[in-house]
Amino acid sequence: MKRAAFSALISHWRKHPIQLVSLLLGLALATALWSGVQAINAEARASYDRAAGVLGQDELQRLEPRAGTISLAQYVAIRRAGWLASPVMDGAINLNGTRARLIGIDPLSTPPQSSPVDLSGDGDLQAFVLDGLLFAHPETAAQIPATLPPVRVTDTLTPGLIITDLSTASDLLQTDSFARLILAPQQSVNLRPLSELAPDLLLIAPEEGNDIARLTDSFHLNLTAFGLLSFGVGLFIVHAAIGLAFEQRRPLFRTLRALGLRKSTLLTLLATELFALAVIAGTLGVALGYLVAAALLPDVAATLRGLYGAQVSGALTLNPAWWLSGLAIALLGTAVAGAQSLWRTANLPILAPAQPRAWAIASLKSLKRQALVGAGLIALSAVLAGYGSGLTTGFVLLGCLLVGAALTLPLFLHVALNFASKFSHTALSDWTLADTRQQVPGLSLALMALLLAMAANIGVGTMVSSFRVTFTGWLDQRLAAQLYVTARDQAEATDLARLLDGEVDALLPIRYIEAQIEGAPGQIYGIIDDITYRENWPLLAAQPDVWNRLAAGDGALVNEQLALREGLDPGDPVTLGTAQFTVLGVYSDYGNPRGEAIVSLDQLGAKGAPIQGFNFALRLPETRVDEVTNLLTTAGLPARNIRDQAAIKAFSLDVFERTFTVTGALNVLTLGVAALALLTSLLTLSTMRLPQLAPVWAMGLTRAKLARLELLRAIILAALTALIALPVGLALAWVLLAIVNVEAFGWRLPMTLFPSDWIGLFIAALIAAALSAAWPARRLATRPAADLIKVFAHER
Amino acid sequence: MSVRPLILLFWLWGTALAAQGFAGLGTDAEGFAIPQRGTELTFPDDHGAHPDYRIEWWYLTAALQGEDGRDYGVQWTLFRSALEPETGTGWDTPQLWMGHAGITTPNRHFVAERLARGGIGQAGVTAAPFEAWIDDWAMTSTATDGDQLDALTVTARGMEAAYTLDLAATGPLVFQGDLGYSVKSASGQASYYYSQPFYEVSGELFLPQGPVRVTGKAWLDREWSSQPLAEDQTGWDWFSLHLNDGAKLMGFGLRSNSGVFTSATYVAPDGTPTPYGDDALTLTPLTLTEVAGRTIPTEWRVQLPAQGIDVTTTPTNSQSWMDTLFPYWEGPLRFTGTHSGIGYLEMTGYE
Repeated sequence: MKRAAFSALISHWRKHPIQLVSLLLGLALATALWSGVQAINAEARASYDRAAGVLGQDELQRLEPRAGTISLAQYVAIRRAGWLASPVMDGAINLNGTRARLIGIDPLSTPPQSSPVDLSGDGDLQAFVLDGLLFAHPETAAQIPATLPPVRVTDTLTPGLIITDLSTASDLLQTDSFARLILAPQQSVNLRPLSELAPDLLLIAPEEGNDIARLTDSFHLNLTAFGLLSFGVGLFIVHAAIGLAFEQRRPLFRTLRALGLRKSTLLTLLATELFALAVIAGTLGVALGYLVAAALLPDVAATLRGLYGAQVSGALTLNPAWWLSGLAIALLGTAVAGAQSLWRTANLPILAPAQPRAWAIASLKSLKRQALVGAGLIALSAVLAGYGSGLTTGFVLLGCLLVGAALTLPLFLHVALNFASKFSHTALSDWTLADTRQQVPGLSLALMALLLAMAANIGVGTMVSSFRVTFTGWLDQRLAAQLYVTARDQAEATDLARLLDGEVDALLPIRYIEAQIEGAPGQIYGIIDDITYRENWPLLAAQPDVWNRLAAGDGALVNEQLALREGLDPGDPVTLGTAQFTVLGVYSDYGNPRGEAIVSLDQLGAKGAPIQGFNFALRLPETRVDEVTNLLTTAGLPARNIRDQAAIKAFSLDVFERTFTVTGALNVLTLGVAALALLTSLLTLSTMRLPQLAPVWAMGLTRAKLARLELLRAIILAALTALIALPVGLALAWVLLAIVNVEAFGWRLPMTLFPSDWIGLFIAALIAAALSAAWPARRLATRPAADLIKVFAHER
Repeated sequence: MSVRPLILLFWLWGTALAAQGFAGLGTDAEGFAIPQRGTELTFPDDHGAHPDYRIEWWYLTAALQGEDGRDYGVQWTLFRSALEPETGTGWDTPQLWMGHAGITTPNRHFVAERLARGGIGQAGVTAAPFEAWIDDWAMTSTATDGDQLDALTVTARGMEAAYTLDLAATGPLVFQGDLGYSVKSASGQASYYYSQPFYEVSGELFLPQGPVRVTGKAWLDREWSSQPLAEDQTGWDWFSLHLNDGAKLMGFGLRSNSGVFTSATYVAPDGTPTPYGDDALTLTPLTLTEVAGRTIPTEWRVQLPAQGIDVTTTPTNSQSWMDTLFPYWEGPLRFTGTHSGIGYLEMTGYE
């Protein structure tokens, strides 16, 4: 009996292969987007953990200078006072054009928790400390030129990182001082406190170590939110497909029950069927998700590198936990989408009419109730926008806004169609509008999906475009000079200054030091007073007479990130390194995750910390750029130390574009999923709507005309949805720009509107709706007349 | 303890213990200087480091009694190991340093260990004024006249305990073997080896339960070589005994697959040494003790018939296990028999 019943149930899918495909595809797509995003996040986080663990900074305390570096003499003094500390050199080297981070360690004093490389092989230690040996990830190892010491490849390091002995590092980095000292977890008894011994060093706790993970958290939360949105939209399809399959099988259920199949057995069989479908679709989805992640990961890696300096491998590794979680989410999704249908089947009265009825037509009352909940959510999001803070709140706000808007959509459509019918003059248009209204409940889920997809598209599109406009303008201001030149040391800087004297319109020395800014690592720049800054520097807020006061050493400029993080306004005090400054102004500094400050060059020199950058900005006529570049290279400056404005701009814009490749791709996918949801819903409705259409056909309307009306109906609904999507999308853009970005990146962007983009999207939505409706309409147009006649003959 | 530095250090002194002798002391002396018989040691220069030799140590053991009446022992050792026979400068220096410190009480044994690169000032030895140091551990001359080693202050500190000892020598430096040329195997491997066995000690131990004032006798060994062990020698048992009549006895047995090679020096109370070659000294293990998963002879019969010496040694703490990168047994003892007194025992190469 069970087997016969099961094969009877299954036979439905043989008769309706399209339904089967749309169910599987919807579930697979939803799973794919979700698990793809998860895979990307997991890969990136694993990279951060590796980076954080490489020197044990996730477990061990360390000492860092408040400004500058730690001298060898100070290190030896700390050791001779009995503290078990291990020195680390940390700098960047140039590998044929790309930069890599070079870390020098002392394998003898390195605590076991922070041993980044394996020197257990025969002769490894000798090679490491005497001959020079570099350890690097295969991707980085491939870039290391043969002129450097031999390379040992290891997968445990993140790309872009090279580990070597201090002796080798000090040669390559041209330094004899350290970035930090790592403290062993266990120290000797009766030690003199570090605060007495080295008051200029900061003791950094291990949990503060994973800066990158903290900085990139917002980026990954963004991705997760998008993944979740796509998954939600995908579930609309699944819900529609399951609903249809159950509705169409109602006569079968009744017959089976009448033949004596127990209700529990029927439900078990149906649940088993859903489970099997979910497993198949889930497996498919996870495989698709892998492809999505593999395709997007290189861009994500580039973004993370460009934005945060985080090194993430471009290659995806598979892990079983990820496969299983993908399958689990597919099962969960199916359970959520199928619960209602199973519940209805469970409550099916055995003597209920076997006629497949159109989906329960929600009364106006329930539409109002739904809209009320939606309005409440929108109000809540407004409250959150006014009083909330934090990135998570930002996303909750977004969620409330989107779900709230979606819930009010059916009522809006209902009211809009009512309103339109007032202008209707023919019986046909009356009927068309009324019939459209009748369709709203059945299509409302698909239309909500469309609304979400379009709103996301408008919102994210507005954010990206606003960002692009601001960023391009900002680059023009910030990069006012034509050439940027880096000298390798003080002597070379002096020579360059002499060489360029008289050759350029202005020679602006820029120096910087690495220092603690309000307790976090950052950079302090020193500049001279020049018209270039006065005319171009992108100040967001400033005290009067800011440039004169900066030149006089009255205070400092801070970047927007620092100002937002520490709540600084012009006039407030700020601690830079060891000294206090007054904030004279705040400048925008996009693309930089760290705090930064500018003081006058004289003051920077007076700080006594070793200068780490000897840079010059050169202003000169565009036509003389090549000439001056040649002059510098002839004088012996490596070409990589000379960068022209155009190259930096191109690089920055490239980083920018890659940052939003992922968001763009997810956007398009979400819209596609929404169109698919609409198609499935329309297919579902088309068979059920025959009883509504048959009388009109009987009155003389041709099937072709009816099909055209079906198409028109879909387009009207899509257009109305698009209309409401616009304000929702703009609200979304505002939340992204004014709340989420500020929390995530530390900068606030002015919102710019792009109406031409909206028109494009509007047309795209109409085309998507037309395409979704085309197939059901065509089926209607080519339906045998007998089908329509049957409506009257049937037991209805 | 992570395995990595362990393996790392095994490399430092060689690899396979069984094949190459304890801690790699039996490796080839490629490029390094080799001790020559008849070389005259000169002071204070030879108190300092000899970077052209592969390995060298400054090895102090002190058998002590506390004001609480209990026996204690203190060890302070600085090892130098050269990867290449060069002095070098800065981080490029191929000289590596290792410090071991031990405090033995009747029921605890505290161990500490330090590692350092040469060339940067973190560890090293200067001959005059004499100072040997690694991190905060130091052995510093306090001698105002005479030899630099006549008076010393010695300090070391570990995770749980620390000590400071003041040492004053009541006798001269003593050359081991043939005027400081000490043969270590039948096939002729040798080292330079001299001692200062006449220290009277007073000082303080800082133990977890509080400080203890101590007095006693200490013995400093200075030894350097490039290949002091034969290939098949696997370890040694080494005794330094302070006889109650004021004489001193140094004796060791080097174990190998073919038997034991022994050597001894009897030092009269006035400092006159009488060296004895192979077979003059007999070492017989009496009691085996389970220590750190190994079976180790902790009580011995020590016989030197030529001087009428036949004594039995008893350790202060049979678990005096130095759980360092190359673990070994090292602790204070008392002995009775034809003579009585206090001393120190070191045993290496027990697997």
